[in-house]
Amino acid sequence: MNPLAAIGRAFLALLEAMGRLVLFAAAAVSHIVRPPFYPRVLLRQMVDIGYYSLPVVALTTLFSGMVLALQSHTGFARFSAEGAVAGVVSLAITRELAPVLAGLMVAGRVGASMAAELGTMRVTEQIDALSTLSTDPMKYLVAPRILAGFAMLPLLVLVGDVIGIFGGYIVGIYKLDFSPAAYIDQTWRFVEVRDVVSGLVKAAAFGFLVSLMGCYHGYRSEGGAQGVGRAATNAVVSSAILILVFNYIITELFFAK
Amino acid sequence: MSGPDEPKIRIRGLHKAFGAKSVLRGVDLDVGAGESVVVIGGSGTGKSVTVKCMLGLVEPDGGSILIDGAESVGLRGAAREAVNARMGMLFQGGALFDSLPVWENVAFGLVAAGQKTRGAAKPVALDSLARVGLGPEVGELMPAELSGGMQKRVALARAIAARPDIIFFDEPTTGLDPIMADVINDLIVQCVRELGATALSITHDMASARKIADRIAMLHDGRIVWSGPVSEIDESGNDFVDQFIHGRASGPIRMAVRR
Ligand SMILES: Nc1ncnc2c1ncn2[C@@H]1O[C@H](COP(=O)(O)OP(=O)(O)OP(=O)(O)O)[C@@H](O)[C@H]1O
Ligand SMILES: [Mg+2]
Repeated sequence: MNPLAAIGRAFLALLEAMGRLVLFAAAAVSHIVRPPFYPRVLLRQMVDIGYYSLPVVALTTLFSGMVLALQSHTGFARFSAEGAVAGVVSLAITRELAPVLAGLMVAGRVGASMAAELGTMRVTEQIDALSTLSTDPMKYLVAPRILAGFAMLPLLVLVGDVIGIFGGYIVGIYKLDFSPAAYIDQTWRFVEVRDVVSGLVKAAAFGFLVSLMGCYHGYRSEGGAQGVGRAATNAVVSSAILILVFNYIITELFFAK
Repeated sequence: MSGPDEPKIRIRGLHKAFGAKSVLRGVDLDVGAGESVVVIGGSGTGKSVTVKCMLGLVEPDGGSILIDGAESVGLRGAAREAVNARMGMLFQGGALFDSLPVWENVAFGLVAAGQKTRGAAKPVALDSLARVGLGPEVGELMPAELSGGMQKRVALARAIAARPDIIFFDEPTTGLDPIMADVINDLIVQCVRELGATALSITHDMASARKIADRIAMLHDGRIVWSGPVSEIDESGNDFVDQFIHGRASGPIRMAVRR
């Protein structure tokens, strides 16, 4: 047992896995832009990702906005800077919390179910059956899911932005005794277009990543029910990690001086 | 290229190993146009793998598969799709799409190949279902609502809906009652006769094999050990075949029940 060889092997395996993922992503993207398209499948995925994730995203952003208002108020009160609460809430929500929380929630909800669905289709030979029926499974199964994730997460985050800021507003008005006009005025003065846009760019990237990881792990799963379970777990864990990594990278790109 | 004597399918020296386990070790098999060949052989001998190699679902390690005289091993993308468009496959496990109702499953290939619009494909699908003994009300159900035998019949309807040239049946009668098994046998015979299709079937069911086969080939230990007309199966003079068709536990075939 040569420890250096073991490290080398692990490193090569990592490179190989990354290469496979990149090739998979490239193939999926090329299928998104080349016909035939499957509008029915796309629509169904969009509804599944966008519409059915609304309650989860709304609840998480609502309570995040509320708790942010409360916490930042206790902090800022020490410096008699309570006026900054509205600004902090809206910045934190639009730049960070709405995209990251929505991304993580969708990873848990959608990423896992994509991996499980495609994994089941793989082990029951449904993916093989597609290719015997004049249909490219990458094009029919993977491309619409990735496109739907990419398109729908920004919409979810936009909704989350509004609801999160609204959560801060509720706490600000009813708990912290701000005047509604002042709170709204503060919010408007703080939020810039760039804050919202950076959040939406993040959302699009996260949506792409969540669908990609769900499809990748599901598509390649093997070994029956156990393999499908593993695929779902891997999809959620890997997309959660990638979301946090890319969150940093995109923030750096947008806001680094 | 394809002359009159050219077989529809010509397999030569097909090899496939999964890891260290060598499954196919030089399969040679010819299937003539319009012929119905049945492959028999013990469980796990690689019958399904052989068929999947023909459809490009499994990449063989070596060997050649000529379809109408043209090499099909290694085809990808549009070329592979063009070859597969002429083939239908009944999967051993059915492999119905469980997110689509039964009729859309059956119509899937027709719509995907652009032969029919979704609306126009529905009557064709219901017609295919009727041919396997399923009424139009079954068309609206989801696959999960069907019994195993019904799923098999739906899968059969799907395999033949687009009227392919070459049809692969992977154990079409397992899981069916004897009467329905015979209906399916008749249907396969009829498909081959009426559509002029070439059929390659896999089965363990000797009654079914005798009924649908023009020729029987026996796969054992990664090779075709015997092949001949169905009328000669009882006098094959081959110990493997004799043991198999009589279902004897003792003989040259040793089932790997112990590791
Ligand atoms: N994707 C795969 N990965 C690894 N091994 C495989 C794979 N597919 C098949 N095998 C192995 O190949 C061998 C042949 O499998 P195959 O499904 O062709 O058997 P079969 O002859 O169809 O048997 P049965 O009559 O039970 O369906 C089996 O031992 C199986 O373990
Ligand atoms: Mg099999």
